[in-house]
Amino acid sequence: MNIVVCLKQTFDTEAKIKLTDEGRIDSKGVSLIINPYDEFAVEEALKIKEQEGGEVTVVSVGGQKAQDALRQALAMGADKAMLVDPGTDEVDEYAAATVLAKALSGLEYDIILGGWRAIDDGSAQVAGRVAELLGIPVVNTITKLEVADGKATATREIEGGSEVLEVSLPAVLTAQKGLNEPRYPSMKGIMKAKKKPMDKTTATELGLDSLSAKVQALSFSLPKPREAGKVIDGEAPDAAKELARLLHEEAKIV
Amino acid sequence: MAKGIWVYVEQLDSQIKKVSLEVLTAGRKVADELGEEVCAVLLGKGVAELAPTLGNYGVDKVYVAEDDSLENYTTDGYANVIAEIVKENEPYAFLYGYTILGRDLAAQVAQKVETGLMSDCVEMELEDGQLVFTRPIYAGKAFVKATCPESRPIMASLRPNSYIAEENKKEGEVVKVNPNIGDIRQQIKDIVRQVSERPELTEADIIISGGRGMKGPENYKILEEAADVLGAAVGASRAAVDAGWVPHSMQVGQTGKTVSPVLYIACGISGAIQHLAGMGSSKCIVAINKDPEANIFKVADYGIVGDLFEVVPVLKEELQKITA
Ligand SMILES: Cc1cc2nc3c(=O)[nH]c(=O)nc-3n(C[C@H](O)[C@H](O)[C@H](O)COP(=O)(O)OP(=O)(O)OC[C@H]3O[C@@H](n4cnc5c(N)ncnc54)[C@H](O)[C@@H]3O)c2cc1C
Ligand SMILES: Nc1ncnc2c1ncn2[C@@H]1O[C@H](COP(=O)(O)O)[C@@H](O)[C@H]1O
Repeated sequence: MNIVVCLKQTFDTEAKIKLTDEGRIDSKGVSLIINPYDEFAVEEALKIKEQEGGEVTVVSVGGQKAQDALRQALAMGADKAMLVDPGTDEVDEYAAATVLAKALSGLEYDIILGGWRAIDDGSAQVAGRVAELLGIPVVNTITKLEVADGKATATREIEGGSEVLEVSLPAVLTAQKGLNEPRYPSMKGIMKAKKKPMDKTTATELGLDSLSAKVQALSFSLPKPREAGKVIDGEAPDAAKELARLLHEEAKIV
Repeated sequence: MAKGIWVYVEQLDSQIKKVSLEVLTAGRKVADELGEEVCAVLLGKGVAELAPTLGNYGVDKVYVAEDDSLENYTTDGYANVIAEIVKENEPYAFLYGYTILGRDLAAQVAQKVETGLMSDCVEMELEDGQLVFTRPIYAGKAFVKATCPESRPIMASLRPNSYIAEENKKEGEVVKVNPNIGDIRQQIKDIVRQVSERPELTEADIIISGGRGMKGPENYKILEEAADVLGAAVGASRAAVDAGWVPHSMQVGQTGKTVSPVLYIACGISGAIQHLAGMGSSKCIVAINKDPEANIFKVADYGIVGDLFEVVPVLKEELQKITA
């Protein structure tokens, strides 16, 4: 079983966001992590491998720093990594998917796993676009996965419930929280990861000469900080009464 | 040339999703500025009867595709039909609600027609004749304004509760589409829906959430009782989900749902940055927490420093009196 995981490196969830003088998102000093949903994808890939045998390849489109995220996945137990430099900063979901699909088309895969969304500027579309480009089906936001006889049976989140879908492999599946608990890399895993293959390439080397984004970012801004409001004094029952009154008379919500 | 603002209308059990009406309202405003039509696309089985309702929300034309195989949503079935409609009619813009279904569908259609898609937008406006979208990024810690300068249609999905649905009577002419559904590779084996009288978390106007301070699953009952007085949804922090007290579908935050209700009541929630990421755009935030230093008070419009087990039941009683 050949399993490929699409992995994006993102800002840490604690990161404070600042803008540069040019009004762009400032990444200086921000600690970076594996997109949490992609971590579920890595874990799931390792579980399938443990059960079915095979090889897990992690692929990321990004700059040199993204190697850290790939290394971490290798330390968790993935076998090989591939880093593709898109060669431009203007990477929208269309461009990212184009590069990923091109990279994946040179690999062997039975299952492609990813996250349902990247938590930075993510928009829940890259994995689905990759599936479309590769001509294989996609199942998003999965919370359970079983693989057998060339088929995947996945439970996925739907509005107000869940559904069970079956697809023939190869297919793209994206992880939702609840799928599993990602393991921590062991000391041994970290040592081993240093020797595992990391294939570094570029979009140009993959034969994508003119990579152009469809979506163009015009400007960035920061939200107005919320201000602390009123703390209602008094013993609990009185305060609760006063809150109800304020919601009714002042905020006019109820 | 521009050929209208199109909206995918989501329905479940012949009930149109609130967010779809919000998107239609937003689309109507832009269409009026451009002097364009608003067209709605409705897929399913036996859904044509919903078309007149859409006319009430400013829709000029309703494209209806009905088929047995469209009764339940499948990524392939729906994306194939919509991509075909898009290719045939060449809209200027095509919009969706950012729901579980909407985002699944939008990504597939956008790639099939090779265009750009801006997800989870909170605003849409015309700037110098260009359709520009504002979307929160980094879990609401920043905003980006973006557009799709060349490819058509411009695709975007709008976050629920970003616009208020407004009635606006139009003809709502029905156009029947003979859908070419193609191969559906996702085979549905089972569908499980929790029957709940409460609104969907992402669409609710009022949410009451409980965190680790709830102490156990049995105590969510007091939140549910208060929620039912308000017609509210019940949410939770990750701590409560990870403790196994409530399902992940109730989690609000960076790795849960993003919500922007009119009123968000946080009970026994400390206000970690990842939780704020999911509810920071609520119009009014109420915090009930026994720790006066809790971070949640920094963003709350109203706060009560106290024991939620004493506050919430009284609050419920009082609200009951007001809403009676
Ligand atoms: C990658 C990542 C993603 C995350 N995603 C999310 C997410 O999506 N959503 C999320 O919520 N968190 C998320 N977190 C976790 C987040 O950092 C916090 O750990 C979590 O939000 C804490 O939940 P809590 O406020 O319920 O618990 P705590 O922080 O333990 O706070 C409990 C609060 O309850 C109060 N309390 C206790 N008893 C009472 C009482 N009787 N009456 C009144 N108040 C009482 C306490 O004073 C305290 O402030 C994420 C973390 C990481 C690292
Ligand atoms: N630059 C990237 N490199 C590798 N995988 C990516 C990249 N961007 C997105 N993905 C994958 O696509 C998923 C959805 O991302 P997004 O559409 O950006 O929210 C992520 O969880 C990853 O699995």
